[in-house]
Amino acid sequence: MSKQPILEINNLHAGVENKKILKGFSLTINAGEVHALMGLNGSGKSTLAAILAGREGYDVTEGSVKYFGKDLLELDPEERAREGVFLAFQYPVEIPGVNSTYFLKAALNEIRKHKGQSELDAIEFLALVKDKIKVLELNEDLLKRSVNEGFSGGEKKRAEIFQMAVLEPKLAILDETDSGLDIDALKIVSSGVNKLKRPDSAQLVITHYQRLLNYIIPDFVHVMADGRIVKSGGKELALELEANGYDGILKQL
Amino acid sequence: MSTATDTIESLVKQEYKYGFVTDVESESTPPGLSEETIRFISAKKNEPTWLTDWRIKAFRYWQTMKEPTWQFVKYPKIDFQAISYFSQPKPKGDAPKSLDEVDPKLLETYEKLGIPLRERGRLAGVAVDAIFDSVSVGTTYREELAKKGIIFCSFSEAVHNHPDLVKKYLGSVVPYTDNYYAALNSAVFTDGSFCYIPKGVRCPMELSTYFRINAAKSGQFERTLIVADDGASVSYLEGCTAPMRDENQLHAAVVELVALDNAEIKYSTVQNWYPGDENGVGGIYNFVTKRGICKGKNSRITWTQVETGSAITWKYPSCILLGDGSKGEFYSVAVVNNMQQADTGTKMIHIGKNTKSTIVSKGISAGRGQNSYRGLVEIRKSAANARNFSQCDSMLIGAKCGAHTFPYIEVKNTSSSVEHEASTSKIGEDQIFYCNQRGLETQDAVNMIVNGFCKEVFKELPMEFAVEAQKLLGVSLEGSVG
Ligand SMILES: Nc1ncnc2c1ncn2[C@@H]1O[C@H](COP(=O)(O)OP(=O)(O)OP(=O)(O)O)[C@@H](O)[C@H]1O
Ligand SMILES: [Mg+2]
Repeated sequence: MSKQPILEINNLHAGVENKKILKGFSLTINAGEVHALMGLNGSGKSTLAAILAGREGYDVTEGSVKYFGKDLLELDPEERAREGVFLAFQYPVEIPGVNSTYFLKAALNEIRKHKGQSELDAIEFLALVKDKIKVLELNEDLLKRSVNEGFSGGEKKRAEIFQMAVLEPKLAILDETDSGLDIDALKIVSSGVNKLKRPDSAQLVITHYQRLLNYIIPDFVHVMADGRIVKSGGKELALELEANGYDGILKQL
Repeated sequence: MSTATDTIESLVKQEYKYGFVTDVESESTPPGLSEETIRFISAKKNEPTWLTDWRIKAFRYWQTMKEPTWQFVKYPKIDFQAISYFSQPKPKGDAPKSLDEVDPKLLETYEKLGIPLRERGRLAGVAVDAIFDSVSVGTTYREELAKKGIIFCSFSEAVHNHPDLVKKYLGSVVPYTDNYYAALNSAVFTDGSFCYIPKGVRCPMELSTYFRINAAKSGQFERTLIVADDGASVSYLEGCTAPMRDENQLHAAVVELVALDNAEIKYSTVQNWYPGDENGVGGIYNFVTKRGICKGKNSRITWTQVETGSAITWKYPSCILLGDGSKGEFYSVAVVNNMQQADTGTKMIHIGKNTKSTIVSKGISAGRGQNSYRGLVEIRKSAANARNFSQCDSMLIGAKCGAHTFPYIEVKNTSSSVEHEASTSKIGEDQIFYCNQRGLETQDAVNMIVNGFCKEVFKELPMEFAVEAQKLLGVSLEGSVG
């Protein structure tokens, strides 16, 4: 049985007004796989994540993105989310006055409605939350506060992964979830991510550091430069990158 | 794909659920304002001479006054001769003796507005005085309240049945000389609610007045007077709606609150007058004077308002903190969308020692709406150890609206402290995208973000109404982000 492709990005060219950012980006991610995307600052990693999640303001000039065989770029961002696309933000925003638990319950219920499932009431939802909290060792008090408001950098990242655990996406894109985490938090977050790995879903992990990949073992590592993937390999590519730097790799090309 | 900013600015029509007209035969005075009009209203209500005289004095004073122009709102000059000052549903035979005898069309109107008045189906725990154009249609639960000595009735009835109380307190907080619209109201007011809570009584239910303007070319001028005697407490709620009409209609009310020793009055407003259409045609001019006096020691007055309606809202619910140790509070959410304008805030006048005031104002502007907070904190020489805390936050949705703050602070006592915090935020594309990415639609995201912004105010509203207010906010901002 051949693997089911979840995401197929083919020769994607995209940018903002007068600036090309992605220049022929191609990548296929199959069910059950974890891909790591590495690359210099400004190479276009967050832009790719934003385009996949449906953020406005980017123009796609060429290429295609398929998600479970359907044109992903046609969908509104909330439709993508309900279909199982999840983005753990590099910089999660604060929403003052909106309770985290309330927010997450609303999000989950949108997804459940979309799937034709019944909405969870407060009691059912809290039971689910209790379960997931254990997996991620999240400080429960954070859920009583407003969404990301006053959270430390590390707490924000952990809260993102917690949301991911509750929403159970099919395609999770983690944009530098490791930056800002101390080593203990890094271990907890990665072990959480590992536990969320499932044969029918996939993860795209954007990072700068090999050290994350000590904990999240990727099936593939891709190096990005100037808007496209310049080298792909197994997890040893990350080690090579760590040893020789981007310069080393770019010179070989 | 359009940019997010375009999306945020694109406005569609908002819905106003309460815009229907009740088809009742009404009798209205012809438009026009003169001493004769006032004498007519007074006679119609069978008023004692002292009240007629008071009205006439107010009218003569009003004639000497100039319409104020300092507020940050724009509107064409009002022609006071073009307004009908008295309009009531034509009585059928004798006056109804109980609510069940009231014209079914009127009862239906309130039912449609979600305020059933008949014994069956009444709101539990809330007594309602229903005002339709210039008159009170009826008041629920009055017998139950009377058992505790609480008086809750229309203003007209109070004039006849409790003249001493009315005479003692009418104009004692807002004299007719106070301002242009207060003077006008004093001359022509037609009805309103009266409420007296005797010594030591905690009112066992919410009291509320529901104002409905129905007739065309009319104005509504009502007065509310609430007196809480020593140690008494009451929570009072005011709601209002009007049909959608192309002309602007004037609502110029006066509300006076009196809290004696250790008394507490909580006055909440959910204001949803017709705001006009998206081009600014029609809508209510809501020019209202609301003031309370904390007359007794350790008394407390709390104003909470959620202002979503009206073409123009212009009001400053205020507290005079006369009694030592008294407290005044003002919690406000004001929303403007489309072409709406609001200039609202409060005045806290500290006179007694150890008086405290809190101001929390949340202004939300969308469409081409203009929202101003205007507030005065005055600490007189006598107000030793007075404390004030003010927080004024504004949120902008889109790029064509405006938010303005005009805080005035006058401190004449050095042992006092005054703190003022202010912020302006734009509802961010980042916030909306974050919510979208979690599966929430843009409109739901905006509602959630705005409700979060207003949380501190909503928690001051009585439970049932907090839910109502949140929904209302959703409706008001419908289409503010497309
Ligand atoms: N909206 C925008 N307007 C202008 N330039 C943009 C915009 N979005 C991205 N860019 C530019 O595109 C390039 C790629 O940005 P992007 O954030 O995708 O990089 P990145 O690979 O995620 O970098 P980092 O590792 O620092 O997070 C940068 O030069 C950035 O300044
Ligand atoms: Mg980035």
